Amino acid sequence: MLRVICLMLFLAALHASAASPVDVYSFDSPEQQQRYKGLIAEFRCPKCLNTNIAGSDAPIAQDLRRTVHRLVVQEGYSDQEVRDFLQARYGDFVLYNPPLNSRTLLIWLVPLGLAIVGVLVLFGLLRRARQQQVVDLDDSQRQRVRALLDE
Amino acid sequence: MSRASLFIPLGIFLLIVAVGYVGFSLDNRNELPSALLHQPFPEFSAGVLNDPDRRVSKADLLGHPTMVNVWATWCPTCKAEHAELMRIAELTDVRLVGVNYKDVAAKARRWLVDYGNPYEFVIVDQDGGLGVEMGVYGAPETFLLNAEGEVVYKRVGEVNQRIWRDELAPRLAEMGVYRMPAPEAQTPTTGAAR
Repeated sequence: MLRVICLMLFLAALHASAASPVDVYSFDSPEQQQRYKGLIAEFRCPKCLNTNIAGSDAPIAQDLRRTVHRLVVQEGYSDQEVRDFLQARYGDFVLYNPPLNSRTLLIWLVPLGLAIVGVLVLFGLLRRARQQQVVDLDDSQRQRVRALLDE
Repeated sequence: MSRASLFIPLGIFLLIVAVGYVGFSLDNRNELPSALLHQPFPEFSAGVLNDPDRRVSKADLLGHPTMVNVWATWCPTCKAEHAELMRIAELTDVRLVGVNYKDVAAKARRWLVDYGNPYEFVIVDQDGGLGVEMGVYGAPETFLLNAEGEVVYKRVGEVNQRIWRDELAPRLAEMGVYRMPAPEAQTPTTGAAR
């Protein structure tokens, strides 16, 4: 019996520690809650480098979650309006999916450029491999090769 | 394969070194560019730390060059920059306004008694709501507004001697709230500025 209780406590603790930061918020509908969850997973926490605001315990991430909740539930913002709201205040930095503009052109083009370079290199290698055709040896040459290998 | 192409890997290596050298010597690589720069300061309505009956809004920041400093007693860097703010308050005619960010009012009042109060008034932002409007993601942060309420400069982190000398003093001088010391008296310490 004691063992079962211990196991249950252990599992409960495990569950609690595995969960990401939990805020208690109410929603008008399950759809609204899904939108909220989707949105907070989409923004990058400004303070803690490279975590989204859903997964961060930083005070600023809590504030931004609360802000997103307010915008979605009380102010009735659309997803895009929420994105614009945060972008206007925290810049492109908070968007994990950066917009394509003159400042972000490089980060969009470099992977594309590298992919093109990779394809060109691959084609180059294939062509060279095709050009290096195996030369057929005649019988006397074969015998010489065999003799050399046997030595 | 020609001889010259043997140097391609070396070239790539040097390119990576160069990019790394430039990238890692940028001292603001972890800093966000402020989305608020050259934008109007957001509208707000909030209480004042030492005057519970008073409400302030954006209108209270207009009409005169204003420095808005976001601080909190839980922020060690804020303590480090406090002496510099005291000096700026004494040295210049800029209107220095504090935003007490996610703090305990009693502690904040105590702080101003203990270390001095450089601010004309301190806006209370207990829940960080104004902070979100301002794009604040940590304290201290300092915004310089012109008389029209437009953000002309933003500093994330400590306002220190270097920031004062390189960033704030020239801008405040341009706005007419500070007189740069004469060139011969120009020293890193601004004691001679009076």
